Amino acid sequence: MSFLQRSRLFRSIVRHGLPDSVRNRALVTFTNFFLHIQPVKVRLRAMQFTRTFYLGGLSAACFFILVVTGVLLMFYYHPSVPRAYEDMKDLEFVVSSGVFLRNLHRWSAHAMVALVMLHMVRVFFAGAYRPPREFNWVIGVVLLLLTIGLSYTGYLLPWDQLAYWGVTVGTNMAAAVPVLGDQIRFLMLGGHGVNENALIRFYVLHCVVLPLALTVGIALHIWRVRKDGGLYLPPKG
Amino acid sequence: MSLTDDLNEPLSDAEVTRRKLLLALGGGALAAAGLGAAITTLEYMKPNVLFEPATRFPVGRPEEIAPGSVLALPRQKVYVVRGPAGIYAMSSVCTHLGCIIQHRRAAGQKEGFFCPCHGSAFDLEGKVVGGPAPRPLDRLDVKIEGGKLVVDTQKKVPPTTVLEV
Repeated sequence: MSFLQRSRLFRSIVRHGLPDSVRNRALVTFTNFFLHIQPVKVRLRAMQFTRTFYLGGLSAACFFILVVTGVLLMFYYHPSVPRAYEDMKDLEFVVSSGVFLRNLHRWSAHAMVALVMLHMVRVFFAGAYRPPREFNWVIGVVLLLLTIGLSYTGYLLPWDQLAYWGVTVGTNMAAAVPVLGDQIRFLMLGGHGVNENALIRFYVLHCVVLPLALTVGIALHIWRVRKDGGLYLPPKG
Repeated sequence: MSLTDDLNEPLSDAEVTRRKLLLALGGGALAAAGLGAAITTLEYMKPNVLFEPATRFPVGRPEEIAPGSVLALPRQKVYVVRGPAGIYAMSSVCTHLGCIIQHRRAAGQKEGFFCPCHGSAFDLEGKVVGGPAPRPLDRLDVKIEGGKLVVDTQKKVPPTTVLEV
């Protein structure tokens, strides 16, 4: 093991020594892309499970599962009127592990919406939205809206009766917006009804636009948690 | 010539004015380009050609529709009804949240239309008789052209309009 750690290849990837000193332990976090969102030191009080119930982290974990299973589902799904429903049925009954991946995607989506809501409730009751963290609360609200947007656009893709009428009703709610309502609905659907244009629009939003926006949003959100002084801790006593 | 650190030199009034002008020009150009890009992208998102059913279409000769019958045109989302007073056409889109209403004619029940989504009910004239629908069904323009009935779903007419035949 120590031979490997002295090798030139290993030293080119991990540039610090063993975490046997305060400096090296700090470098482990500093120099690792995936760890650098963590603070170098964490207070014990911040580590308590009941402090956060890990709700933000679990929401992010759900998003990770959704990206992986979603990409796998995309290998079989065609966003077209003749194929969409058939492909969904094939995923259920023909494709190996298709039903598992589809259900994992579905349940993670439900869990993510619930966890994001609970995360918001936790932050609210902890008072962690107060200065200097008030802008991170705003980012969090945007993340909630993006999560709901992902949930809603994914709803149409199976192209079954529930999807079709659910989106018919949902876009008619958008049409109730004063003055611009009908134009908003027309833009959402790319037509006057739920048809092939609506399917491809929801597909692109669901698979590209919203996940990208959510990824950037999550990065900003976590970065700001660090910059705003880490996890909110109530004063002692 | 020796290099001087001009960042430490105070700005002359001419330089301040020039910077403000360049900032306004550059910022203005960027703003104009950004606005133009936003507008053209929005226009791009509005389809100019739609592959949707025609909004004006013939439905046959009036004498082919028996009195008391309801003709369903699911593709065009229209019901054509021949009542005692004459012929009228109604949109089959529920006025609540846009589902498609079903014609209902069962023994022991009043004939009418029913929406499967949230349970709105309409009578044969399209008046609301139950459920959350906020207004009667849209009545559509019907004309006789060359002996044939022609419906125009783009033209809404008052809910009492009937074409006498």
